[in-house]
Amino acid sequence: MSSERGRDPIIYLDNGATSFPKPPPVIEAVSRWFTEYGGSPGRSGHRMAIAAARLHFEARESMSTLLGAPSSRRIVFTLNATEALNLAITGVITRGDHVVTSSMEHNSVMRPLRHLAHQGVINLTVVPCSSAGDLDPQDLVSALTPATRLVVMTHASNVTGTLMPVPFVANACRERGILFLVDAAQTAGALPLDVISLGVDLLAFTGHKSLFGPMGTGGLWVREGVEVQPLVRGGTGSNSEDEEHPSFFPDRLEAGTPNAVGLAGLKAGVEYVLSAGVQRIRETEEAHTARLLEGLREIPGLRLHGGGSALGMVPVVSFTLDGLAPSEVGFLLDEGYGILCRVGLHCSPAAHRTLGTFPSGTVRFSPGWFTTSLEIDRALEAVRDIARRRRG
Amino acid sequence: MCVGTFHTTYAVLKAEKLLLGIGVPVSMIPVPRRISSNCGIAIRFDCSLLETVRRAIEPVLEDLEGLYRPDGDEYRMY
Repeated sequence: MSSERGRDPIIYLDNGATSFPKPPPVIEAVSRWFTEYGGSPGRSGHRMAIAAARLHFEARESMSTLLGAPSSRRIVFTLNATEALNLAITGVITRGDHVVTSSMEHNSVMRPLRHLAHQGVINLTVVPCSSAGDLDPQDLVSALTPATRLVVMTHASNVTGTLMPVPFVANACRERGILFLVDAAQTAGALPLDVISLGVDLLAFTGHKSLFGPMGTGGLWVREGVEVQPLVRGGTGSNSEDEEHPSFFPDRLEAGTPNAVGLAGLKAGVEYVLSAGVQRIRETEEAHTARLLEGLREIPGLRLHGGGSALGMVPVVSFTLDGLAPSEVGFLLDEGYGILCRVGLHCSPAAHRTLGTFPSGTVRFSPGWFTTSLEIDRALEAVRDIARRRRG
Repeated sequence: MCVGTFHTTYAVLKAEKLLLGIGVPVSMIPVPRRISSNCGIAIRFDCSLLETVRRAIEPVLEDLEGLYRPDGDEYRMY
């Protein structure tokens, strides 16, 4: 999507960090919340509180539809995918548990796990991936032991876009009675998702990327029967006479006044995605990815990191240019061409170590639903230009 | 009018949606103090539909606190 930054047109290729622009219904929903809703959902009993509660509920229902969840009761909202991952990880493990993850994880997975390992609470195994960012699922299965309680894995890398073998790992976990938590930050809204056929036990999502919601929205889906201890306890608007935190979903995992205005926006975003069709979004983004990969491969002195085939990835493409630091490339793209992307480590040092791009990282282009083919071509032309001038 | 109370706001709103979905007129009210000191909201509906309501809210039955019929100044659990 082209937009204006002052008088310079911009090309936004940073949808992997957060989507831009947001569809008009999202902006309208947020604005309308302040004028028509505005009460505290689930707290008071007056009409504005009820209207706000209803909107909050409908956000849960829409999210449940998007994920193919059997009941919206098991969708709990959080501030972001990071909070959802922390909730899931700390909520299911007990002292002495063994936890397995991949070497392509974001710090939202890696940091809570490293912390728990350093505290002596868990034993952690990080399964190495290839230098292209691929996980051999057999390697992960070999790491499972009778003490393994949990496997945590990203659905798609935020650095290379690589889709991880979620169904295979889900099967292996189910056969062994191991819980499987998937980080769907890069996939919810970008890929047709069905938590039941995926076979996962817990799925963390963010609202502000491919679901087009505002920042400060995200959540966790928890399979029926999976016990999760709350991360925070407090007011829920339910069982107010009781000083003990409730045991029922979703209240058990949601305490304190929610980001109701953000969730009003998320609801509109999810409905937008459902109405556009996730499959249609996927096909468009896959075409953008293929176009980018094809164009980038032809540029002398450019190295793609990961990026095998558009079919096996989400629209996140990482590359480096010989002799130029990614930070320099990012600066040139922004200043000279109005192209906005993300450079560096993308909060995923483990993934960059795996790819051999640590510590300077990569340049990451992440087109989205609103990106046009013309913008992809312009971005490719800009990269060609920068590479040519470097060589010249 | 009869009243239904639930342990969670989620369940009240799910019940409302289920009932509206099958054409049962339902309104939302603050939980009457005579029923519970809970600070939440409750569903209100015509008592002639008590049995229909009970069947329709099956998916949130685990969260149902009670269905109440007015009895003078009090409410009696159905």
